[in-house]
Amino acid sequence: MSAMLLNKEKWPEFVKKLTGKNLWAPKLDGEAMRFAPVAEGEEVSLDYGNTRVPPKGATFPQTETMYRFLVGNMEIEEPKMDEELVLLGVRPCDARAMKIIEKLFRWDYDDPYYLKRRELVTLVGLACTEPGLNCFCSSVGGAPDSSEGLDLLIYDLGDRFLLEAVTVKGETLIAETKELLTDSDASAVKAKDKLMADAGAKIRRTVDHDGIPEGLPGLWEDPLWKSVSASCIGCGTCTYLCPTCHCFDIQDEVEGFEGRRCRMWDSCMFEEYTLHTSGHNTRPTRRERTRNRINHKYNYFVDKFDVIACVGCGRCINLCPVNIDIVEILRRVKEAL
Amino acid sequence: MTADNPYIPYFATIEDNWYETGGDRCIKTFKVVFDDPAVRDSWSHKPGQCAMIGVLGEGESMISISCSPTEGKFLRFSVMKMGKVTQALHKLETGDKITVRGPYGNSFPVDDWQGKKILTIGGGIGQAPLRPIVEYVKANREKYAGLTMIYGARSSGDLCFKGEFDEMSKCDDLSCHLTIDIEEEDWSHNVGFVPQMLLDLNPAPENTVAVTCGPPIMIRFVLENLKKLGFSDEQIYTTLENRMKCGIGKCGRCNAGGMYVCKDGPVFSYAVLKDIPEAFA
Ligand SMILES: Cc1cc2nc3c(=O)[nH]c(=O)nc-3n(C[C@H](O)[C@H](O)[C@H](O)COP(=O)(O)OP(=O)(O)OC[C@H]3O[C@@H](n4cnc5c(N)ncnc54)[C@H](O)[C@@H]3O)c2cc1C
Ligand code: SF4
Ligand code: SF4
Ligand code: FES
Repeated sequence: MSAMLLNKEKWPEFVKKLTGKNLWAPKLDGEAMRFAPVAEGEEVSLDYGNTRVPPKGATFPQTETMYRFLVGNMEIEEPKMDEELVLLGVRPCDARAMKIIEKLFRWDYDDPYYLKRRELVTLVGLACTEPGLNCFCSSVGGAPDSSEGLDLLIYDLGDRFLLEAVTVKGETLIAETKELLTDSDASAVKAKDKLMADAGAKIRRTVDHDGIPEGLPGLWEDPLWKSVSASCIGCGTCTYLCPTCHCFDIQDEVEGFEGRRCRMWDSCMFEEYTLHTSGHNTRPTRRERTRNRINHKYNYFVDKFDVIACVGCGRCINLCPVNIDIVEILRRVKEAL
Repeated sequence: MTADNPYIPYFATIEDNWYETGGDRCIKTFKVVFDDPAVRDSWSHKPGQCAMIGVLGEGESMISISCSPTEGKFLRFSVMKMGKVTQALHKLETGDKITVRGPYGNSFPVDDWQGKKILTIGGGIGQAPLRPIVEYVKANREKYAGLTMIYGARSSGDLCFKGEFDEMSKCDDLSCHLTIDIEEEDWSHNVGFVPQMLLDLNPAPENTVAVTCGPPIMIRFVLENLKKLGFSDEQIYTTLENRMKCGIGKCGRCNAGGMYVCKDGPVFSYAVLKDIPEAFA
């Protein structure tokens, strides 16, 4: 795979070339950074920590039409999905997350929506040089320069960018912007290695998950679940904004005769999630729901797919309104083992 | 359920429908046939499997397929009127169409049970997933060492499939024991709770498989009593019923511990189930 250099002066031109391709990049939307379409000529700055809303919506939209129908008419129309998409500035943790949940979307039944969108999207990553306060990617199999799930990875070397192709899609992007790029050299590689070693050293939070997946079942009735969930208000932020959370609800929407069946993000932190019509709820309190969230990520998913379903992006910690902290929960779990 | 999109349902027409029970939460059985002859031919299910059935514009619900494949090229669903979707289904009549996708989940290992005595213990709507076992064994009697069915409900009006039980009492190798919670006039069968009736019948565990479905509280006491009678964990089977949306292991909501009930279940042996946290939550 090729590695190329892009002088920062050429960055606007590079972006312009990509806007021809349905380009999305981090933009400020109100007070939150999220991925949004970039218009031609619009500037893209990579000077941000991470987006508040993860880019998972590119492959798993918050609401997605599964099919349309006319009420009373026994015909189903599947939506066309053929628009390619380039995401620019994806953090390595979020790209890893997409790869991790792809395992579930391929498990036995292929999920056509997820897999098609995954095929249509090109992920251009940005290696982290200033990890956030609550990042712990390197504890859970990631790194500030992990290329897992990405098609192309960009390193910010100060006055120039180093572009490394990871997949054929990334290779294609390089080929298409070739006239703006120059060959990489030893000094660039050296600068990159130094930059990444420094970035890694800046990660302050760590999780020692050794023994946790196997140990969690034994802690089922442990009092820790009650105490770590005591202040939870059940808002669902930790799961909505988690790049690996993939749970969804399915609902029908009808306007006049036109109907659609769609799926939308859901959260296991909501009371209704497991509520039966009879009133019976298999996870009646926040204790059970928090226990499920941690078990799902650090036990069940590991059991089924051999990887922890948490990439250490820190969002659930940064954004929980009552400061519930997964690193702290995992520390308590470890202590209780 | 097209080849490349498991979320797309098939259409099926209601060929017949009738009420099993009355009241607010009445149960209606639908006998349906797929519209597409190719689907009719290729469809195959096993006792214990379920399907997502629905009405476009209202939604879908996971419902046990309450017939055995040995009965013919149709499907039966017995639906209790609960919320949005099941109410919409209840409004449908013969000739109307529903959507169906599936079959989903694992099944009762009826082939592994060949040569054994089968004991089913059902309560209320819980007889729906058990009925396919009963019909399957009836259609393959030479392969099984007999069938004992215990079935109970609150009142005689709450028992499903009533007309089907009479013929069973005419065969030596099949026996059917009905019970209701409270005494009624003209009731010639047992009065009392299902778990107690099980104890009273005192079935021998030797070469027997016990399968139980019903309300959680009934299951709890049935399991207790089966253990008292000497059944091993491996001889006992039941099903779980968790809230479901996708039916194919994606939407995440049906898990009991690490098991996705829609794919890894709904059928579990007690030997497996007893180690699943949340299974009896
Ligand atoms: C494996 C399995 C087999 C089942 N077999 C039968 C059967 O043979 N006959 C029958 O009448 N019912 C059966 N049920 C229960 C049936 O799925 C629910 O009663 C039904 O989904 C309620 O939907 P609703 O739209 O009418 O209610 P609402 O309250 O409007 O539904 C909201 C949502 O809640 C969920 N839900 C509510 N109650 C249940 C429940 N008890 N179990 C699962 N999901 C629930 C569904 O996801 C539903 O979409 C079965 C459930 C499961 C999981
Ligand atoms: S659980 Fe928290 S830290 Fe882990 S991936 Fe999800 S949001 Fe990020
Ligand atoms: S973000 Fe915090 S308060 Fe909200 S559901 Fe998650 S743990 Fe509970
Ligand atoms: S019903 Fe969606 S995962 Fe089981």
